[in-house]
Amino acid sequence: MITPEGLTLPITIAPRASRAGALIIDVMIIVVSLIAVALLLVWIAEGLLAGSALDPEQLSRGALEFLGIIMVLFIFAWWYGYFLVQELGPRGATLGKRITGIRIAARGGARLTPEAVIARNLLRDIEIFYPLVTLSVLAVLADTGQDIGSLGWVLTGWFLLFLLFPFFNRDALRAGDIVAGTWVVERPRGKLAAVLSTQGAATAEGASEVTGVRYDFGEAELSIYGEKELQTLERMLRDSPPEALATVHATICRKIGWDPGAGDERAFLEAFYAQLRERLEADMRFGKRKADKFS
Amino acid sequence: MKAPIISSWFGRGAVAAPPDIESAALRSDRFRLEREGDWRRLEDILARMERGGLRRIADDDLIALPALYRTAASSLSVARETSLDAATLAYLEALVQRAWFQVYGPRQGFIRWLRGFLLGGWSRAVRALWLDICIALFVMVTGTIVGWLLVAQDEAWYYRLFPAGAGETRVPGASREQLLKSLGHDEGAAGLAGFAAQLFSNNSGVCILAFALGFAFGIPSLMLLVQNMALLGAMLWLFNGQGLVVELAAWLSVHGTTELFGILLSGAAGLHIGRAMAFPGKLPVLDAAAAAGRRSAVVMVGVVIMMVVAAILEAYPRQLVEDTGSRFVIGGTMLTFWLSYFILYRPAGDAAAQEAG
Repeated sequence: MITPEGLTLPITIAPRASRAGALIIDVMIIVVSLIAVALLLVWIAEGLLAGSALDPEQLSRGALEFLGIIMVLFIFAWWYGYFLVQELGPRGATLGKRITGIRIAARGGARLTPEAVIARNLLRDIEIFYPLVTLSVLAVLADTGQDIGSLGWVLTGWFLLFLLFPFFNRDALRAGDIVAGTWVVERPRGKLAAVLSTQGAATAEGASEVTGVRYDFGEAELSIYGEKELQTLERMLRDSPPEALATVHATICRKIGWDPGAGDERAFLEAFYAQLRERLEADMRFGKRKADKFS
Repeated sequence: MKAPIISSWFGRGAVAAPPDIESAALRSDRFRLEREGDWRRLEDILARMERGGLRRIADDDLIALPALYRTAASSLSVARETSLDAATLAYLEALVQRAWFQVYGPRQGFIRWLRGFLLGGWSRAVRALWLDICIALFVMVTGTIVGWLLVAQDEAWYYRLFPAGAGETRVPGASREQLLKSLGHDEGAAGLAGFAAQLFSNNSGVCILAFALGFAFGIPSLMLLVQNMALLGAMLWLFNGQGLVVELAAWLSVHGTTELFGILLSGAAGLHIGRAMAFPGKLPVLDAAAAAGRRSAVVMVGVVIMMVVAAILEAYPRQLVEDTGSRFVIGGTMLTFWLSYFILYRPAGDAAAQEAG
């Protein structure tokens, strides 16, 4: 994706598993709340019935009809509104999508328009819900001994076609995404990590807290590794346990021809990281980049 | 699937104060520490915007947002050239992308969109589909004629089209009185609101189906139209047998002019998508489909509104007004209204909006 400022931003297409998970969460929310509202209405209707001395003839027709209207309109509004309203919001994601860390976006870096959100959600019906509902109705019919012919297979094929649709294109688009010009991407999320070069032995005058030694690496030792190794080391310094650091320590010492001691691995690695990065970044400013240890 | 970060739902964790800038040995880290405050402020504003409360954000912050976004964007491009700190680069990429969604996102609220939709957007989208509407209309008329001819040749078709339930009087061989009675009503106003809600929900569902089926190159949409209109043809044939076509037409016209128009539009919207995918013209198929899909989606929102109107008309005036002439007046008025809204209504600035949209 390229922003209007000419900056390229990498976009990660959401994994299909996340999307399936999001859909399942959303459908569960919808179904559970529909059942809850239905139970509530039944409870009110029972109250009405009790109020009319348990005589159905005495029931006010208007009141029952009103309950029915509420139910019908609620189902319609909830069914279509749930996805629509949430995806139109600033997050561009339903509750399920938010939980699985994904959102919708317009393909190719355009703005997401209300029309696109409407289009992608109207198509969801034929992709999943109609075939599923019809299939379950057919299953019940077949169970009661009725002949349903090849209709079941046709519907299964239909269902599978749309279900597998995201697997047959690079961007994992479903039919609704194609029609709306949208895709589902990972929601970027990240906390700013601490500055490594101001910690421990990585600082300019820093020395090891254990031995008091200041590690200094020469030209030859720093020219072995490149950017890839530097960033691997960064990742390890940020979140690896001491045992893993010991292994890295031993490997680096062997590579640069030092004698690996023990007990001061972290300070060594911090110092090595800071000095290697300083060197590589200085080279970058002169337009020299060393991608990895092989280049 | 990523595990949800629970802590992010319950307020933000305390942010550690950045170390002082002089202590950083690296030039790239000094660069980062100098700008970190701006990034964090941007992140904070974004978090509040994503939570949805634009009103809770101070004016200062809203005004600062574009500038902070550009700062972060330029920080990112500088950092890419000068820094090898992978964690900072990843953070900046995520931050700029989040900010991009807010700065260039759909900043048009639903109410504003709806106003634009009613005041021109809807009729413009309908006019853009004129060719598909013509095709769908042709198919619907053909469907009606086919239905009529089929039943006229073999009465068994009537039962195939209408699986008649018990107590159904509208079957071949019914007397004139029975048919006439089915056009009237016998209940008064009771139960009509529930009837209307039920009709609306059902008919909108059918229309959305007709639209969504357009994805298969529009063919299923057209088949759905033919099937629905064949019912109408069969019914016309039945009432014609007893010389009641005018009465039936009046009965139908009250809501039918709106409902059939809506069905026509949803079929046309589906066909529009199908046609764009089959014949994308100069555009890539995906782009053509997306453009057609967005245009049709506008029409479909309108169809849902038409279904609300049709359901109200069907439940109330049709059941309460019995006179053939008055029924025609209501239906004709609705038809005139829709036609003039779609064809004649072109508010000022329409051409400019069309360029933009």
